[in-house]
Amino acid sequence: MKIALFATCIVDAMYPRTARATVAILERLGHEVVFPSGQACCGQMHVNSGYFKEAHAVVANHVRAFDADDYDVAVAPSGSCVASVKHQHVQVARRCGDAALEARAAVVGAKTYELSQLLTDVLGVENAAEQLGSYFPHQVTYHPSCHGMRLLKLEDRQSNLLKSVGGIEMVELEQADQCCGFGGTFSMKNADVSTAMMEDKIANIASTGAQLCTGGDASCLMHIGGGLSRQGSPVRTLHFAEILASTLESPIDIDGHVQGQGVSR
Amino acid sequence: MSARDDVMSRIKSALRDAPPTPDIPRNYRLATNKTAAQRCEQLVGRLLDYKANVYVVPTTQAPAKLAQLLADAESIVVPHGLEEHWLSGLRDDAGSLRIEVDSPEHRLSVSALDSVDAVVTTAAVAVSETGTIILDGSSSQGRRIISLVPDRHICLLAAKDIVEVLPEAIARLNATAPQTWISGPSATSDIELERVEGVHGPRTLDVLILT
Amino acid sequence: MSSTYLGMPSLPVFGTGNLNATESFPQAAKRELKNTQLRANLAHATHTIRDKRENAVAELPDWEEMRDAGSAIKNATMANLPALLEAFETNFTARGGIIHWARDAQEANEIVTALIKETGETEVVKVKSMATAEIGLNEYLQEQGIAAFETDLAELIVQLDHDKPSHILVPAIHKNRNQIRDIFLREMEEVDPGLSNEPARLAEAARRHLRKKFLSAKVAISGANFGLADTGTLTVVESEGNGRMCLTLPDTLITVMGIEKLLPSWRDLEVFMQLLPRSSTGERMNPYTSLWTGVTPGDGPQNVHLVLLDNGRTAALADQMGRTALNCIRCSACMNVCPVYERTGGHAYGSTYPGPIGAILSPLMTGIKSEENNSLPYASSLCGACFDACPVKINIPEILVHLRGEDVDSQRAKVKVPTQMDLMMKASEWAFSDGSHINLLEKGLPIGKLAAGRAKVIKKLPGIAAGWTQSRDIPAPPSQSFRQWWVKEHQSPEPRRNPAKEEDQL
Repeated sequence: MKIALFATCIVDAMYPRTARATVAILERLGHEVVFPSGQACCGQMHVNSGYFKEAHAVVANHVRAFDADDYDVAVAPSGSCVASVKHQHVQVARRCGDAALEARAAVVGAKTYELSQLLTDVLGVENAAEQLGSYFPHQVTYHPSCHGMRLLKLEDRQSNLLKSVGGIEMVELEQADQCCGFGGTFSMKNADVSTAMMEDKIANIASTGAQLCTGGDASCLMHIGGGLSRQGSPVRTLHFAEILASTLESPIDIDGHVQGQGVSR
Repeated sequence: MSARDDVMSRIKSALRDAPPTPDIPRNYRLATNKTAAQRCEQLVGRLLDYKANVYVVPTTQAPAKLAQLLADAESIVVPHGLEEHWLSGLRDDAGSLRIEVDSPEHRLSVSALDSVDAVVTTAAVAVSETGTIILDGSSSQGRRIISLVPDRHICLLAAKDIVEVLPEAIARLNATAPQTWISGPSATSDIELERVEGVHGPRTLDVLILT
Repeated sequence: MSSTYLGMPSLPVFGTGNLNATESFPQAAKRELKNTQLRANLAHATHTIRDKRENAVAELPDWEEMRDAGSAIKNATMANLPALLEAFETNFTARGGIIHWARDAQEANEIVTALIKETGETEVVKVKSMATAEIGLNEYLQEQGIAAFETDLAELIVQLDHDKPSHILVPAIHKNRNQIRDIFLREMEEVDPGLSNEPARLAEAARRHLRKKFLSAKVAISGANFGLADTGTLTVVESEGNGRMCLTLPDTLITVMGIEKLLPSWRDLEVFMQLLPRSSTGERMNPYTSLWTGVTPGDGPQNVHLVLLDNGRTAALADQMGRTALNCIRCSACMNVCPVYERTGGHAYGSTYPGPIGAILSPLMTGIKSEENNSLPYASSLCGACFDACPVKINIPEILVHLRGEDVDSQRAKVKVPTQMDLMMKASEWAFSDGSHINLLEKGLPIGKLAAGRAKVIKKLPGIAAGWTQSRDIPAPPSQSFRQWWVKEHQSPEPRRNPAKEEDQL
């Protein structure tokens, strides 16, 4: 299968490892990964902040980059960005009176999958240890991000994949379904409420005793990780794609300085 | 322009895009799939959950049961349409019990109702899934006030009038009759969202399910 | 009659009364967040009710089918509102009820006052009603020399404490049992000085306090949960029996109901009376529901009035994206599951309608430009918990975003210096509207990495981004972006090992 990778702006610029891990997993399964070079961002920051006019150009760019027949499906390691591509793009086009974009956005949206969705529903991955060689001998807790959980209805896809990783020990997170408080520009416009939400999330993570908190959205993980870092916590955040990509022969290293998220040397 | 015309005109202006009227998908449960015995059992469970007292008795033993429940009562009120034989146990041996009958010709005052120990009524229908007894103001249930002011409500419910789901009850009722739906004694969740029973409505609800 | 409108389009007429945030949400929230007692009370109460609601909903095999029906019924109601209002009016009037129409809060208050004055009474008892809170009826009546006694326990607590409601179902949700006991001891005449903080004892104290009022009341004021168009029937859903007292004992009953509260038919109640109790108190059914249709001779009030209230509802209806907010049945499930409400409480929203539904309903009814109401649509992380919990499937997050758009557009219309947010959005529009633009910017990532220094984190940013760094670090950026790596290293012909492992080289 030929799979177009939508890296998402935050992963592209801040967490390239997550995108590399995504490539690694898909190639390991024998699929061809392409990277449409025109891609930039899904535009949800603009939409969710009410800047529909500005979002129009961003959405148009995404649709232009992915509106091609030379790939079978598109994938992104983010529930939130995929939800935007699938649900918001059509609305932005409609609100801006761009009927042509609306039609093309619907086609692109239908072909776009979140990573765990693609792995589980399309590529038939049920056991990461067996099918991907995933090996990660660490204690991990998992935060299901809101948009994956509620807009994409990912249900247990991410956590089931994680549970099937060799050597992993998953620890249940209390009040896992509660928002971490990121919410894009909400974290700036309503910084105090956002912080209050984040603090509760971090307290719940700390009480698991796990070394790592994983999830499916780099933005939420950056938020949680940024809070952990500020509080001097040794707990790090790591995208689940990186855990799936880790193998016995080629393990992901989790030592090193706290970077909010990801692996650093 | 009158306020009515003004508001109507505003509504019509607001709806100038003529939004479509959707079909109503009624794919929820419309009828029971439980037996009569199961419905009765379910209703008992729900009412007990609400802290009501429930007694399942053969119809023939209802007067005796009622007499037992009212052994300590000094006065009760009944609606004029309540069949006399339900009260036969009371009339036989409870010489001290005063029975007030509320009727269109003789309406009891609020203070009279406030001074009786209990009210005895029937019910129109009950919904087992939600533990709800519905009164519709017919003559054996009386005016709404009589089942409200006394602190204890004893309700005689024929087992045949128990349905499982709300749509079945709705189908049996007349919308324009003054209705009271009762699911347990009065209660409140206003303090820390914890339910406690016993506020302004009757603090004791006894349901006699007659089989 | 036809629903096609042939008249001149009119501008929306917005609502008045207690619908405004008088200070911006972030500012009010900042203050409320510092109240640790409030935080603890709210966390306890909202978590209790969340669990109850979830259990009550999980018990029904057809909950989603019920939501689908509920949503469709309300959409159908709004689409046919003129005809349904006329049908309701005809049926209610035919049975002896009297209908009044009010364009706004002031008019509704005047109507109710005149009706009370006709009876010669100076005291009225009230059933909890959002509509009368919205129009500020109690305050208005007080000015007119009429005392209105709230009879719902939580409303009574708030009224005795001279406080404001903070929740639409449990107005005193921000108070715990100790605080409530203290209010009762302070404000109730003839209260037992040894009153304990047990909820059952507190409820009993409320019973004693109000009993005489109920038994002697001549006029009652209520809201209504539903109005059934095909029969002209009104419904009040309650728990304590205070509703039954008010709806049954007095001679005169005056109900104030928003025009959107209709359901097309009697049968629709079978849907809503399953949706509402489970969503609001998490019960299979609330203890008491009363239904009345005009006047029932010899039973209950014989002087029955209904005030149909617009007060900005038609303005909300005119917003094609936002009008489904009118489908709200005031269950409060959205605020009970909202992580923002849970932490700020209802007072931070300013309006009578707090929480997620309030954050859309208030600006829809008043217009986005009214006072500080344009800050309300931003009072959400868009987590979506409200949409999942809503029994009539109001897509609250989508309407929040729509109203943010309305706000941004209304700000654009003003001649002004662009805000930092405007500039950030404009700059990122350029960056994100072409892959080559973002690539160009990403060439600057090593600078960011250098700026982060040895600690490899950024701890302080200026301007609006300072909101982020007040409590969160930003990691040092990598030395190259994914797209740079892809072009340089992945697309190259050499065989690769594990791409996830490749070094992040400076």
